[in-house]
Amino acid sequence: MNLKLAGVLTASLLALAACSSSIPNSGANGSTFKANSPEYFATAIGDRVLFALDQTTLTAGARSVLDGQAAWMTQNTAYSALIEGHADERGTRAYNLALGARRASAVETYLVNKGVADSRLSTVTYGKERPIAVCSNESCWSQNRRAVTVLSAGNI
Amino acid sequence: MRSLAIISTLSLFLTAVFAPQFVAAQTTGPLRIEITEGVIEPMPIAAPAFVAENTAAQQLADDLAQVVVSDLVGSGIFRAIPRKAQISGISNFDAPIQFSDWKAINAQALITGSVSVRLSGKIAVKFRLFDVFAQTALGEGLQFVGTRADWRRMAHKVADSVYSRLTGEKSYFDSRVVFVSETGPKNARLKRLAMMDYDGANLQFLTDDRSLVLAPRFSPDNSRVLYTSYETGVPHVFLLNLKTMRRKKIGALQGMMFAPRFSPDGKTALVSLSDRGNTDIYSINLASGKQTRLTSSPSIETAPSYSPDGKQIVFESDRAGSQQIYVMAASGGEARRISFGNGRYGTPVWSPRGDLVAFTMMNKGRFHIGVMRLDGSEERLLTSSFLDEGPTWSPNGRVLMFFRQTRGADGAPSLYSVDISGRNLKRVNVAGFGSDPSWSGLLK
Repeated sequence: MNLKLAGVLTASLLALAACSSSIPNSGANGSTFKANSPEYFATAIGDRVLFALDQTTLTAGARSVLDGQAAWMTQNTAYSALIEGHADERGTRAYNLALGARRASAVETYLVNKGVADSRLSTVTYGKERPIAVCSNESCWSQNRRAVTVLSAGNI
Repeated sequence: MRSLAIISTLSLFLTAVFAPQFVAAQTTGPLRIEITEGVIEPMPIAAPAFVAENTAAQQLADDLAQVVVSDLVGSGIFRAIPRKAQISGISNFDAPIQFSDWKAINAQALITGSVSVRLSGKIAVKFRLFDVFAQTALGEGLQFVGTRADWRRMAHKVADSVYSRLTGEKSYFDSRVVFVSETGPKNARLKRLAMMDYDGANLQFLTDDRSLVLAPRFSPDNSRVLYTSYETGVPHVFLLNLKTMRRKKIGALQGMMFAPRFSPDGKTALVSLSDRGNTDIYSINLASGKQTRLTSSPSIETAPSYSPDGKQIVFESDRAGSQQIYVMAASGGEARRISFGNGRYGTPVWSPRGDLVAFTMMNKGRFHIGVMRLDGSEERLLTSSFLDEGPTWSPNGRVLMFFRQTRGADGAPSLYSVDISGRNLKRVNVAGFGSDPSWSGLLK
């Protein structure tokens, strides 16, 4: 039930992200969404962080986005989050699943350390199965090496 | 559902054809082609249309011979002398062979066959193999009886016999491959489990495409498949029975489970499990559900594969900083690294002969399928492309199937095969995109 809901939300958030035509984690100002809405979370705060090739460490930029996510989740306790870990296509399937799991876990651990109850968080890895950018060069691969925080209403 | 019928009707009866006139003693030593690592001059063979014993068998007679030729030529070890170059055909399966007619066109081996459709609807296929220059039969004639739906299997059985008699090695034609069939654009790919004959014929689907599925693996007796599915929302390993088409989750471990592989006795599954970001290897007894953790380092340990004797496991790990291949005892513990070339190494698979490991190697933006010995020596890279991945061994350990994904926004995977010598690279003739192949053993 919750999974289905999360799936619907993911689709709509991705559609929004696509419309914004900028990198979704840029945390652009000027959002017209209410500050307590998932849309605001996705666009103004940024619902995703990106990783370097074959890396799972959070960059300073990523930590800044996650600080915003943690603050938002602390204020909006009606939401839970599924953190999706993803990899680019330049790795083997099982390894990329393991890499995606590490990336998702890195984000989860960071959010917990920033005060989000771990009971509100869960993770899933998609490895290289769900690219959002389809070209075969670094401009796309860098967008695919990501961890996306997907909100859903209610507890997990 | 279709698979149910096909799997359960493997009623190919095998009998020797009475052929006393051909079971003559060899006087010059058997005709042999040796499979070596060097360049092979393919052995010229002739396989005229089989003899139709009744009118109902006429189309089959031609089709059977075509599949036999396709198998043998496809191996890269034989070349077929075209029908139109053949001086005489075979009109009577039991009549003496006019060896001079076949010698004149330089056919070294001659395959003759016949087929009849019985009143029961079953078909009977007979074949004989001859050494043209020695003018003798090679082995006894054989007869296969089966259902009409299995006619391609009978052709593969004939080709398997010919291959084995002429190379002295086990063959691989009567076999199947499970794989992931893919449709849709790169950013919205749909995947489902599929099964085909090794040559791409008889494609059938084992799951629908509602849940993402990955990396199916055949059980050693070809009756079951382990695979990863997202049907519960996170990756987990399922066991699919091909006779009943029932499936069930295996194990009760918390976390995300993937990369399954059967033990040689079919009783145990190796899997990898990601728990709080750390991926390790476990074994799961498929009958009792008993789970044993085999690695416990904070690094990634995945893609395990048993040795043919079940005593060791080859797997990949990034414990030394990058993805490399290691070997450990089946009970876990100390592991020794075996990959030392330039680049990252993954997806190790132990060969059925036990002597080699096949792997994917990534270096400088290229992906390669390769093989090496268990001590890491004699590494050979067999392929090179934008993305080659996931080798699986033919039943006789002579051929690898893998998938190759093309570059770019329209990039998509297809199944390929290559000899372990690096020769005979070719795309498998099956409709649609395909990835993650797993080759069965020879069918019974």
